[in-house]
Amino acid sequence: MSENYNDNKIIQAQSSETVSAGGSGATPDIDYVRPAEVLEQDLYHGHSFITKWVFCQDAKVIGIQYFLLATFTGIIGLILSWLMRLQLGYPELAGFMTAEHYYQFVTMHGMIMVVYFLTALFLGGFGNYLIPLMTGARDMVFPYVNMVSFWMFFVAVMVLMASFFVPGGPTGAGWTLYPPQAILEGTPGSGMGIILMLVSLVLFVIGFTMGGLNYLITVLQSRTRGMTLMRLPLSVWGIFTATILAMLAFPALLVGGLMLVLDTILGTSFFMPTILKAGEVLEYGGGSPILFQHLFWFFGHPEVYIVALPAFGIVSDLISVHARKNIFGYRMMVWAIVAIGGLSFFVWAHHMYVSGMNPWFGFFFASTTLIIAVPTAMKVYNWILTLWRGNIRMNVVMLWCLGFILTFVNGGITGLFLGNVTVDVPLSDTYFVIAHFHMVMGIAPLMVIMGAVYHWFPLVSGRMLSEKLGKWHFWVTFLGAYSIYFPMHYLGFIGVPRRYFEMYDSPYVTSAVGMNEFISMAAFLVGAAQFILIYNIIKSLKTGKLAGKNPWKANSLEWFTPTVPPEHGNWGNKLPIVYRWPYDYSVPGAKEDFIPQTTPPSKVSDTEVEKT
Amino acid sequence: MHAGIIFFLVVLGSILFHIFTPWYWTDIASNWGSMDDTITLTFWVGGVVFITVCLFMIYCVFKFSYKEERRAEYKPEDNKLEKILTIATTLGVIALLAPGLIIWNQFVNVPKNAIEIDVMAWQWGWQYRLPGEDGKLGNTKVVNINDNNPFGIILDDPNGKDDVLIQSEEINLQNNRPVKILLRSVDVLHNWYVPQFRAKMDAVPGVVTFYWFEPNKVGEYEVLCAEYCGVGHYAMRGSVLVKDEQDYKNWLQEQETFSELVAKQKKIEFSETKLAKK
Ligand code: HEM
Ligand SMILES: [Cu+2]
Ligand SMILES: [Cu+2]
Repeated sequence: MSENYNDNKIIQAQSSETVSAGGSGATPDIDYVRPAEVLEQDLYHGHSFITKWVFCQDAKVIGIQYFLLATFTGIIGLILSWLMRLQLGYPELAGFMTAEHYYQFVTMHGMIMVVYFLTALFLGGFGNYLIPLMTGARDMVFPYVNMVSFWMFFVAVMVLMASFFVPGGPTGAGWTLYPPQAILEGTPGSGMGIILMLVSLVLFVIGFTMGGLNYLITVLQSRTRGMTLMRLPLSVWGIFTATILAMLAFPALLVGGLMLVLDTILGTSFFMPTILKAGEVLEYGGGSPILFQHLFWFFGHPEVYIVALPAFGIVSDLISVHARKNIFGYRMMVWAIVAIGGLSFFVWAHHMYVSGMNPWFGFFFASTTLIIAVPTAMKVYNWILTLWRGNIRMNVVMLWCLGFILTFVNGGITGLFLGNVTVDVPLSDTYFVIAHFHMVMGIAPLMVIMGAVYHWFPLVSGRMLSEKLGKWHFWVTFLGAYSIYFPMHYLGFIGVPRRYFEMYDSPYVTSAVGMNEFISMAAFLVGAAQFILIYNIIKSLKTGKLAGKNPWKANSLEWFTPTVPPEHGNWGNKLPIVYRWPYDYSVPGAKEDFIPQTTPPSKVSDTEVEKT
Repeated sequence: MHAGIIFFLVVLGSILFHIFTPWYWTDIASNWGSMDDTITLTFWVGGVVFITVCLFMIYCVFKFSYKEERRAEYKPEDNKLEKILTIATTLGVIALLAPGLIIWNQFVNVPKNAIEIDVMAWQWGWQYRLPGEDGKLGNTKVVNINDNNPFGIILDDPNGKDDVLIQSEEINLQNNRPVKILLRSVDVLHNWYVPQFRAKMDAVPGVVTFYWFEPNKVGEYEVLCAEYCGVGHYAMRGSVLVKDEQDYKNWLQEQETFSELVAKQKKIEFSETKLAKK
C-alpha cells in the first residue's frame, strides 16, 4: 500500500506543477527545479487520543511537548532562584534555609536552566517544530525515534525531580558537579542525590541523541525540492549546527558522568586521588579531579553555544521579518555560525584558568577564546546592519530582538574580560562570572525565546497574542533582568565569591548589602512578570485575534502550509517547491514588500532580485 | 519611539552607573596592578563597542521605524564593509589579547627570590608551612598526616625538619617580598583567594599547584575560599597579616619548627620512613 501511496503523490505533485505553470503560458525555464530524488515519507497517523497527543509521532506535537515540559522545569528553576535571592537579599526572612538547602538550590537551578530548560527548549522544542516546516519536509525522518526521544526526556526530568525527595535531598555539588567534593560527605546530596542527577543526565543524553539524529538527517535528507543549504533560514542553520555540537559534546558529559557514578557506587578512582577525611584515609587513590573538569568543560563550553546558536539563528529571522529587510550578509552569518561551532571545541579550558591545570595552557586557550569573538562580533554587526534602512515594525517581537542585542553585546563584552586569562584571574569564581553568563546565556537567549513565542504563536495556535500584555511583559522582564545583572558585575569587582551562602561581615563587602536587596527585588519582579506571558497565552488561545495565514508577511515556508495551524504531514498532498532564499523582503520592483520562498521567478519577473 | 528612548536611558544609565558606582574593586595590595590595568583597558575597548553598537541600534529604531509607504533598502551583502569590520574587530581583539598574554607570562614565571609557602587546605580550614633556614620545604604525603605530623611531612626528608609550621588560619607575610603560594588539599578542591592581592588558584588534592604575588601594603586581609568545597565553603575564611621586615622576622621567630614539634610530642622519630608510634 505504502509504495503506491508514495508514487501517486510524486506524480500528483509533478502534474499539478505543470498545470499551474501552464496557466501563465509556457513553462518558463527560469522556474526549473530539480525533481525529487527520494520517495516521499510514509507517515503514521495517530487515531486515538494516546497516539495523537501522548505517544505522538508528529514532530510538531513533540515540539510542543518538549516546550511545555521544558517550561515546567524552567518554572522550577525560577522558583529556586527566588529562594536563593531571598537568602542573598533578605537572609532574615529566609530563616528556614540552611547552607545545605542553598547549595542544593544553586545546583538544581543551574543544571535545570542550562540543560533541562534551555537546551530542551531550543533543540527539542523549536527544533522539532521548525525544522520540518522550514525545510519543507513532512516530518522528521525517524518519527518513532523522535517520539521515544521526548519520552526519554520525560523520564530524565522525572528522575531529576525524584532527587528532591530522596534521603539527603538533591545534589548540592554545583552544576559543574566537580569531584571529589560531589561524591563526598560534606556536600549535600552526596549519596542518592548525585547518583540520580547523573542517571538523569545520562537519560537526557540518550534521549537527546535520538532527537539529534533526527534533526541532522532531516535537514540533510528531507529538504523539499529547491531548498538548497544556502536557502535555509538561519534558524535552521543555528539549530542544525547546535545539534552537531551537542552530538559531539554530550558524549564527554556521558563518559564523565558514568565514570563519576562508578567512583560513587563501585569505589573506582577515575577522579579520586588519595583523600583524607575526618582523620581517615579513604579507599581512593591515583585519580585526577582535573580530568573531570576537562571532560565537563569539553561538554560545557560547546553547551553554551548549543544554547546560543539556535538563539542566533532564530533572532536573525525575527529581525529580518520585522525589519522588512533581508538579513544582512547571509553567507557571512552561515559561516559565522559554522565557525563559532567549530571553534567552540577548542576553548573549553578557559573555564579552568585557575583550576591548577598547567598554567601554560592559558596562552593557547586565551588566544582561541578571543578568536571566537571575531565571528561572534560579525553576527552582531550584521543584526544591527539589518536594521539599518529597514522598515522596522516596533512590535513586541522586535522589542525582544532589540533586548537580545543589548544584553548579548553586554554579556559578550564581559566575556572578553573572562576569556583573557590575566583578566580572568581576579574575576574568576566571583559574582562577575555569575553576572556575565546570566547576561549572555541566560537572559539573552531567553529574550529570543520570548520573541519566538510571540512570533510563532499565531502559527501554532491560529491566534495572535495580545500586544499590550506583551509590551508589559517585555519591559518588566528586560529592565528587571538588566537591573539584576548589570550591577552584579560590580560585586565581582569587589571580590565577592560565587556560591556563598552568606558573606558575614567581610570588611570590604558590607557596602554591598543594599545592592543585594535591590537585586533580589528585581529578581522577584522579573519572575512574577513571566506569569503575564502565561496569562496572555491562556487568554489568547480562547479570545485572541484570529491570525489567518501568514500574519507577519514572512517568506519562510512554515507560513505556507495549506492549513493554519499545520496538520500532520504539514503540506496536504503537495510538497512546496522552493525558488529563493527566505529573505526577499522589500525587493525593488515587487508589488508587496515580501516574496515568499515558494514564488517562482516567472511570477516576479520584473523585480531586481539579487540573491536566490 | 518610546522604546528607543528607554533603550537610550538604559545605555546612559549603564555609563553613569559605571562612573559613579560606589562599588568597585577593593584597593590593591600586591604587585598585580597590571591586572587592574588590563581590566581598565578592556573596559575602554568593550565600553566603546557596547555604546557604539547600542547607539547605532537606537538610531535605527528612531530613523527607520515602520511607515506603510516606505520600503526597506534591498542590499543582501556588502563585501567591503564586512571586510573592514572583520579587520577592525581582529585588531581590537589583538589589542586586548597581547597585553593579557604578556602579563600572563609574568604570572606563570615565578621570581627566583620568592619565598615558598605551603598552603594546606581541608574541609574547612587552612594551615601554612614556611621553609626553615635552608629555604626549602620538605616533601609531604597525604597518608602521613596525623596529629603528630599535621602536615604529612616525609620523615626522612632532611629539608622538612626545620620547616616552620603554622597551625592557624592566620599567616604573616613580609611586605615587598614575593611569595610563591604552593597549594595542596587533602580532600576536595579549594582556592586561596585574597581579593586585595587579585591572584588566585585552586588547591587540588593529589597535586601541588602554585601562583605568586608580592604584597606591597602593610595591613590585615581576609582570605576567602574561591572554589566550591561543600557546605562549609562560604565559611572557609582565613587571614593574612602583611608586615614590615622586622615585625615579620619577630613573628617568624616565635613559630614552631617541625623538629621542635616532634621533640615536644615525643611520639615519632625521624630515623624511620613510616610513622612509628611509641
Ligand atoms: C531571573 C532569572 C534568574 C535569577 C534571579 C537567577 C539567579 C541565580 C542565582 C542567585 C545563582 C546563584 C549564585 C551563587 O550563589 O553562586 C544562580 C546561579 C546559576 N544560574 Fe541563575 N538565575 C536566573 C536565571 C538563569 C537562567 C535563565 C540560566 C540559564 C543559563 C541560569 C543559569 C545559572 C547557572 C548555570 C548558575 C550556576 C550554578 C552553580 O553555581 O552551580 N540562571 N542564578
Ligand atoms: Cu566556555
Ligand atoms: Cu571552598
